[in-house]
Amino acid sequence: MSATSGDAVIQVEHMSKEFVLRKRAGRFRREKVVVRAVDDVSLSVGAGELLGYIGPNGAGKSTSIKMLTGILVPSAGSIRVAGVDPQRRRVELARRIGVVFGQRTQLWWDLPLRDSFDLLRHVYRVPAERHAANFASFVDLLDMGSFLDTPVRQLSLGQRMRGDLCAALLHDPSILYLDEPTIGLDVVSKSRVREFLAEVNAERGVTIVLTTHDLSDVERLCSRLVVIDHGRVIHDGTVAEIKDRFGEFRTVVVDLEEAVPALSIPNCETVRVDGVRQWIRFRRTDVSAASVVASIAAVAKVRDLAIEEPDIEDVVTRIYTESP
Amino acid sequence: MALALDKPTVRELAHIYRVMAGARIRADWQYRVSFFGYTFTQGLITVLDFLQIAVIFGQVDSLGDWSIAEVSFLYGTSAVAFHLGDLFVSQVERASQRIRLGTFDSLLIRPLGTMFQLCADDFAFRRVGKLVQGTAVLVYAVTALDVEWTVGRVGAFAMMLVAGTAIFSAIWVISASLSFWLIEASELMNSFTYGSSFATEYPLHIMGKWLRRLLTFVVPAAFVNYYPSLYILGRTDPFGVPGGVRFASPAVALVLVLVARAAWANAVRHYRSTGS
Repeated sequence: MSATSGDAVIQVEHMSKEFVLRKRAGRFRREKVVVRAVDDVSLSVGAGELLGYIGPNGAGKSTSIKMLTGILVPSAGSIRVAGVDPQRRRVELARRIGVVFGQRTQLWWDLPLRDSFDLLRHVYRVPAERHAANFASFVDLLDMGSFLDTPVRQLSLGQRMRGDLCAALLHDPSILYLDEPTIGLDVVSKSRVREFLAEVNAERGVTIVLTTHDLSDVERLCSRLVVIDHGRVIHDGTVAEIKDRFGEFRTVVVDLEEAVPALSIPNCETVRVDGVRQWIRFRRTDVSAASVVASIAAVAKVRDLAIEEPDIEDVVTRIYTESP
Repeated sequence: MALALDKPTVRELAHIYRVMAGARIRADWQYRVSFFGYTFTQGLITVLDFLQIAVIFGQVDSLGDWSIAEVSFLYGTSAVAFHLGDLFVSQVERASQRIRLGTFDSLLIRPLGTMFQLCADDFAFRRVGKLVQGTAVLVYAVTALDVEWTVGRVGAFAMMLVAGTAIFSAIWVISASLSFWLIEASELMNSFTYGSSFATEYPLHIMGKWLRRLLTFVVPAAFVNYYPSLYILGRTDPFGVPGGVRFASPAVALVLVLVARAAWANAVRHYRSTGS
């Protein structure tokens, strides 16, 4: 559910970001090309939301996140995060947010993992007892006990990501940004990261904004999904809403008693035939599944059937390929 | 909430600096062989560097009418000021490298200034070696000089080292700021920093007119040691530079530090608006 501006911790209005690229034109001349990486994005994120921010490569996801953290300054529009203008009060904002870049670690590369956590206590000036309590809780939740004394450069990717998550949260930020937190992780590490994020969101009330290419992240974690392409928001709603809107097709898969040519069912399309099995696609708005099944049963003997819902992967592929 | 949202005090900053620099020293200690190798070769290079002066004075008795003790005094003050700046501030030149690698962003998500973090986080203890060598030359020069150490001279001497360190540090910061625009131009940037260090090892008046002007008005390295040394050594500039210039170093340092701060702020603003 999209939050009202009253309890919004992130409030973005008409945010745009233009980059000037210099392209070679002729031997010495260079031409200026203006690229709109983010184009008029408005967004409001309520306290405690877990928002998935998705889009194809180069859609403007990372640029958006960088503006919300105060790294980049927008070309136009206004941003307020945790009550602060990230552009003018970057340092103040930095205490209230945690940031994880999946591709780059914030940890001290050559030192034991434990040392990074201790250093961050000083950098963020976290009171010692508070830090110790958070540290103990995260070490437990992320199961880091066995590699706390290993230098960061020797950690596996999954271990390092757990370390980075802990590092981003030790100062009790109210907002956590994650740019591709599960990139390159194996299935077990991925699910551990997801469980941890769900826990941090539920127990600590941390607002989470996460960009990802892994749609199973989104499906398991996010109550709300913002899809961005060519710098523009093309969808903002729940996962169920996006499936309704873009995933209007459902498919009945039937196993018939005997192989017959493709069935012709009113308001439906038989998209595939494989022996006795047929795939019959219909628009959820045109007919109900029950009436489709009834129509099939009227013309053929059905041994077994299943109804396939659109999965998020298909939905998003459709959005990406259909948007201009 | 007990979270510190106020600005850190100078004491807290000093503490954070110690902790971060200490972490870097511990990290570098992982690569001991490289550490000692660097310290050894740098020590050798700086010794050879000073030997140049000894070689020159093996052929002539004076350089621009200055004795070996006086030239050593210039060399020592230049080296101490330069290597203090090198030790504590030159890390800012890592900014362009971080921009290329994309790790400059990590500085911007932490609740500290970018320059502070670079200086603390990239602290390189191995640079102490060159500072020790410079100090040794300076100690030799001071004992060899035939100068009466009045209160005024001692004060001017202390002021000269402080202002000199500030001037060199400011030059590092200004050239690092320029590298935000000219990421590939580190060689050019080094000509400002190492160039001004080299130029201050010798008396200014033995150089050509344009170089003298450059080192006074453009990259004011002559204020690091030459002009204040005129007072301390009881010398006059053969080209008739006004006497007040001998005491202008603190003012020049202050102006240069302010310019450096503005240049750095501008460079970071440029990065935050272009992302490159």
